[in-house]
Order: sequence, then C-alpha cells, then structure tokens
Amino acid sequence: MSEVVSRLQPHFATEQQQYETSTFGMWVFLVTEVMFFGGLFTAYLIYRLQYPQAFINASHHLDITLGCFNTVVLIGSSLTMAMAVHSARVEKSKMIAFWIAMTMVLGSIFLGVKAIEYTQKWEHGLFPANFFLQAADAGQQRIFYSLYFAMTGLHATHMVIGMGIMVYIAVQALRGAYTARWYTPVEIMGLYWHFVDLVWIFLFPLLYLLGRHH
Amino acid sequence: MESSDQRVTYLNVAHTVSSWLLTIDHKRIALLYLVSITVMFFLGGLMATAIRLELLTPAGDLMDSDTYNKAFTLHGVIMIFFFLIPSIPATLGNFLIPIMVGAKDLAFPKINLLSWYIYIIGATFGLIATFTGGLDTGWTLYTPYSTAFATTNVVLPATGLFITGFSSILTGFNFIVTIHKMRAPGLTWFRLPLFVWAHYATSLVMVLGTPVIAITLFMVILDRSGFGIFDPTIGGDPVLFQHLFWFYSHPAVYIMILPAMGVISEIIPAFSRKKIFGYGFIAASSLAIAIIGFLVWGHHLFTTTQSMYAAVVFSVLTFAVAIPSAVKTFNWAATMYRGSVSFEAPMVYAIGFMGLFLIGGLTGLFLALLGLDMHVQDTYFVVAHFHYIMVGGAIMGYMGGLHFWWPKITGKKYPELPAQIAAALIFIGFNLTFFPQFIAGYAGMPRRYHYYPDEYQVLNVCSTLGASILAIGYVLPLFYLFWSLRHGEDAGKNPWGVLGLEWTIDSPPHPHNFHETPIVDYEPYDYPEAAHALGLHHVEPEATAHV
Repeated sequence: MSEVVSRLQPHFATEQQQYETSTFGMWVFLVTEVMFFGGLFTAYLIYRLQYPQAFINASHHLDITLGCFNTVVLIGSSLTMAMAVHSARVEKSKMIAFWIAMTMVLGSIFLGVKAIEYTQKWEHGLFPANFFLQAADAGQQRIFYSLYFAMTGLHATHMVIGMGIMVYIAVQALRGAYTARWYTPVEIMGLYWHFVDLVWIFLFPLLYLLGRHH
Repeated sequence: MESSDQRVTYLNVAHTVSSWLLTIDHKRIALLYLVSITVMFFLGGLMATAIRLELLTPAGDLMDSDTYNKAFTLHGVIMIFFFLIPSIPATLGNFLIPIMVGAKDLAFPKINLLSWYIYIIGATFGLIATFTGGLDTGWTLYTPYSTAFATTNVVLPATGLFITGFSSILTGFNFIVTIHKMRAPGLTWFRLPLFVWAHYATSLVMVLGTPVIAITLFMVILDRSGFGIFDPTIGGDPVLFQHLFWFYSHPAVYIMILPAMGVISEIIPAFSRKKIFGYGFIAASSLAIAIIGFLVWGHHLFTTTQSMYAAVVFSVLTFAVAIPSAVKTFNWAATMYRGSVSFEAPMVYAIGFMGLFLIGGLTGLFLALLGLDMHVQDTYFVVAHFHYIMVGGAIMGYMGGLHFWWPKITGKKYPELPAQIAAALIFIGFNLTFFPQFIAGYAGMPRRYHYYPDEYQVLNVCSTLGASILAIGYVLPLFYLFWSLRHGEDAGKNPWGVLGLEWTIDSPPHPHNFHETPIVDYEPYDYPEAAHALGLHHVEPEATAHV
C-alpha cells in the first residue's frame, strides 16, 4: 500500500489525476506523431498523383511477400503488446515481461526482414543516393524510393526507440514495479506501439499494393 | 509564517550548479530559458548590427555578398528559432502557467527540463554551424538552392533546427496537458486568465505545426545526402517544400504573437484597473487565430506555381485572420476606456504593442491582396511588415511581460524611470528603423541585397539610426534589471495591486508555488469589486464609479 502511494508525484492531487494526465499526454504526443509522419505522407500523395505510372513501376520492385509477412508480424506484435497491458491490469508481473519480450521478438523479426529488403534495394541500385536504375522514368522512380526509404526508415526508427523503452519496462515489470493500481507506463507503451503499428498499416498499401493489379 | 528573510523560495532553496542544471521546478527552468534566449537575442542582434551597418551606404563596402547572405540568414535563424519561438512561452509561460492554473508544477516537470536540454543541443548545432562557415540560404532554406547548390553546410544547422523543434513541441505539449488536467478546484475554463488561453492556442500551433517543419527539414537533410524528394531535375517539386515549410512557418508567427497578446491581455486590465472588456471574445479569438492561422500559408506562394484558385482562397482566409486580431485590439482599447490608466513600463510596452501591431496587422492585409503582393513581393515592404509583427508585436509583449512579472520572478522591483525610458526608446527606435522600410519596399527596394541604388540611401540611413536607438533600448534593461537584483526594492506579494493567482503568492514564490491548493470561486479580472475585497490600494473610487 505504502509502495503504491509513493507512485504519486508531489505536483498531483490524486492518483486518478496523475493517471489521466499521463494518458492524455500520450494522446497529445501521438497527435504530434501524426503530423510528423503527415508531412511525408503529404509529399507521397502529391507525387503519387503527379507521377502515378512511375510510382506503380517503382513499387513493382518491392517484395510483396516480404511486405505481407511483415504486416502479419507487426499486427501480431500489437496483439502481444495488448496482452502485456492486460497482464498489467490483472497484476501478473512475469506475464507483462513475457508478452513484452514476445513483442520485441516480433519487432526484431520485422526489422530483420526490413534489413533484408533494404539490402536487396541497395544491391539493385534502388537506394536514392546510389541510384542506377535504367528506365525512362528513372528519375521519378527515384523520388518514390526517396520517400520509401524516408518513410519506412522513420517508421523503423520509431520501432527501435520503442523496443529500447520496452527493455526498461520489462525489467521494471520483473522487479514488480507495476500493480493493478499503477501500470501507466505499460499502458502508454501500448498506445505508442499500436500507433507505430498503425503507421505501417498505412505505409504497406501505399508503398507495396496500390496500383499493382498482377 | 516564517519571517521574510528566512522564507524558502525557489531561488534560495538550493544553490549548487547541479540544483539548477537538474532542476525540475518550472520556475527555475523558466530562468534557464531566460538566460539562454537572452544570449541568442544578443547574438541575433549582432547579426542585425552587421546588416544595418552594411546598409548605411549604397555600395557593398563592409562585407562581400557571401558574407552578407550569411549575416541575414543567421540573423533570421537565430532570432526566429532560438529567440522568438521560445521567448514568451518558455520563459514567462513556463513560470506563470502552473501558477495561473493553481498547480505546483507543469504536468510533466522532467519533460520540461528535457525541452531545455533539447533546446541547448539544437542551439549548439546552430552555433557550431555559425562558426564553421555559416549558412547562406536565408532562414527559409528554400530548395533547390539549399539542397543542391548552397556551398555552406546546410545539414548541420538544419539538424540543429530539427532538434530545437522538439523543445518547442514538448513545451506546447506540457502546456496543453497542464491546462486540461492541472487546474485548481473551481478554476473553470472561463475563469482562466487570458494569458493561459493565449498559451493554449499557441501550444496547439506548436504541437500541430512543429512536427511538420521537423519532417520537412528531415527531407532537406536527406536531399543533401543524395535523396531527391525536392530535386527538380528528376521531377521533384521545390514548391512542395515551400508548402510544407510555410505550413509551419506561417503559424509560427502566431507562436510568437499569441503569447504576446496573452501578456497584453494581462497588462491592460491591470494598469487600467478595470475588468477586461469582452473576456470571452478575447479567449475565443486566440483559438480562432490558431485555427485560421493554419489555413493561410499559401499567401507566401502567390508568385509561385500555386494555382490561381488556391491563391484566391488563401487571400480570403488571410483577410479572415484580421478579424480575431482586430477583436482583440478593440477589446483592449475598450478596456482602457474610462479606466484608471497609469503608465508604468509594462503599460508603455502594452500601448506600444497596440500601435505597432496595428500597423503590422494592417500592412499584412496589403500583402494578402493578390495584385498588390506582386508589387511588394520580396521587397523591404515585407521585411518591415513582419518586423512590425515579430519585433513590434512579439518583443514588445515579451519586454512588457518581463517587466510586469519581474517583481514576481525575482522578488525585487525594477527602477521605474529607466524602464519607462527604455520602453519609449524601443518604441521610437523601432518605428524609425522599420517605417522607412515600408517606403523603401513600396518604392521597389528588394530584400536580401547588400548594395542598392543611391535613391534609397536616405531611408536606409534613417533605418540604421533607428536601429542604434533600438539597440540602446534593448541594452538598457540588461543594466537596470541586473541592478535591481541586488539593489531593487522588495516587491512584496502584489506590488502592482492587481488581481491574479500569481499575485496572491510570495515573491519570489515558494518551490511549490502555493502553501495550500487555491480554490477559485470568483471570476477573472474582477475589478473593481474583487480588488476592493482584497484591499488593493491602487483602485481609485473614480474608476469604480464609471463601471
């Protein structure tokens, strides 16, 4: 009991206020993230409308199987993350750590596949700074790949940061830091991870699927 | 109650360097910001001095074109990103918002400290860039010049700005959450001081706009490294950069001016001893400015490939921003009407603000006109206009607020006469500097050149003369404010005899601001009744009779 009370920071009046402040803060932060990615999405949509055929041609170089596989992996990681939050709610500290570890495994698989894809693109001369594609619309395809690397790279960076924080949360969970009364960091981590997942849910069709009819 | 010389304040609670550098007290962080942005202000002022000295004569005799390009670029970058954007929010806002909402601190004190460190890291990048070749793209970093042609190091300062942006995001984020979740019992939204409303609107712009400039700078950095997002040689669109850039950078002007408007909304009723006129309208107009402000960026692109129809819409929306701005100005004037007005330094700044903002705002309408903008685009008319808003508006508000709350922040009164003189010098110097630029610009003098035809010289000499007066006005406070720290009269809780939660607590405040959580069961700016009830001696019976 006394341990729980010590979770209340001095500038809050009640635990409820502290909890609401933290979660509300996370939502506001996610709004900034939407705007952050939004700039890239805007650039993508403008160029897609301007050069539809070049973007379709360029997306044919992407490996749709790997993309699908990664999508499933990432959705799975959202499930394991949700399980971690659930475990916190029912106060099963070891299960929090377990599900977070599972989330990190799935996240690592995603990043590993991404690394394979990046390597392939580099070898095929599709990396923008190293671009040697021979095609009539090569320049416009280079814009596609500039955006592809910018968007997926930024997404992957978010995953790496998230997984870094997960290590901390898992360790804290094993130490019994989270109780049914106070598990705000786990919940906030969940919100963040679902957001990162959601970004991919938009990236995957935009980059891999749109306009590919065969 | 302890006696006043033993009283624990946020200043004397600890004295070590680490107690400052690791503080999570919003009041100390405000002072960390105050010192940092003051350094940046004088650095940006140094660049301005170089510019004004060069422009004294028509020939380019002090520096060559490349150096001049760097001087105005760094002047803009430093003043906008490292001074104006954080100026009022990170100092006065940081200090006052928790107190004004009756809280012990911001919602996330550690993130507040983090924002200062991010600012310092960003500024360090900026300074390293300054001293290792500078930047010559203009503060606007337009592509493809910045991405493909500039020989200066674009990546370093762009990284600095990218980083600094996050300090601004975190400040706005902290304010929004604090205002939503940390208000004292009874402090409803419509009992909040207008300073808080203004900062709420500002924070919306910070949180929604800043990520977009961050990602845009990220794209510029990528393009410098071989990507081709804005590269016209492969079909990339430099105008897209301008759209993204101004989507933030126009609302950024509101990040500078809205907090100043918040300051003015506090000073005017305080020194008129009168309830503010149109509280609800002033509060709502802050939000209206923030919202409409996001929909006007295209007025920076009237001379680009932007479609004519889009330009018409942007022109109309730009006119629409004038409405909430005018609502504020009229309400301030109406507040002063038949008030018991006195002219202490903060009020001199506030009245100066109203005059300069009026001119700045009205000349903005000239620029919103599609036809007239073709004529004055990229001339000194534009330079004069935005200086009237950003210096005449934002800095006047900042200086006014700094004086108004100086006794609260330091516990000491500043000497009134030198402060009034400095405020007057700034007003006179400012007008002498920038009004001639309207004329020069209208007559066709383009911005960003360091030589010009002889016929513009008289106007430029006026400008440089005005800038010298302005410089004295800005340096003076440095002396008497420092002097007041040691020799100033003790301020007491409420030296101005005005209303507001911040004036009910000690000066300087206790680390936790309030000894017990205040309960707010009264309306804001409730002059003269509440003031009478508090026994505030400044309220004169004549002022009461008129209400």
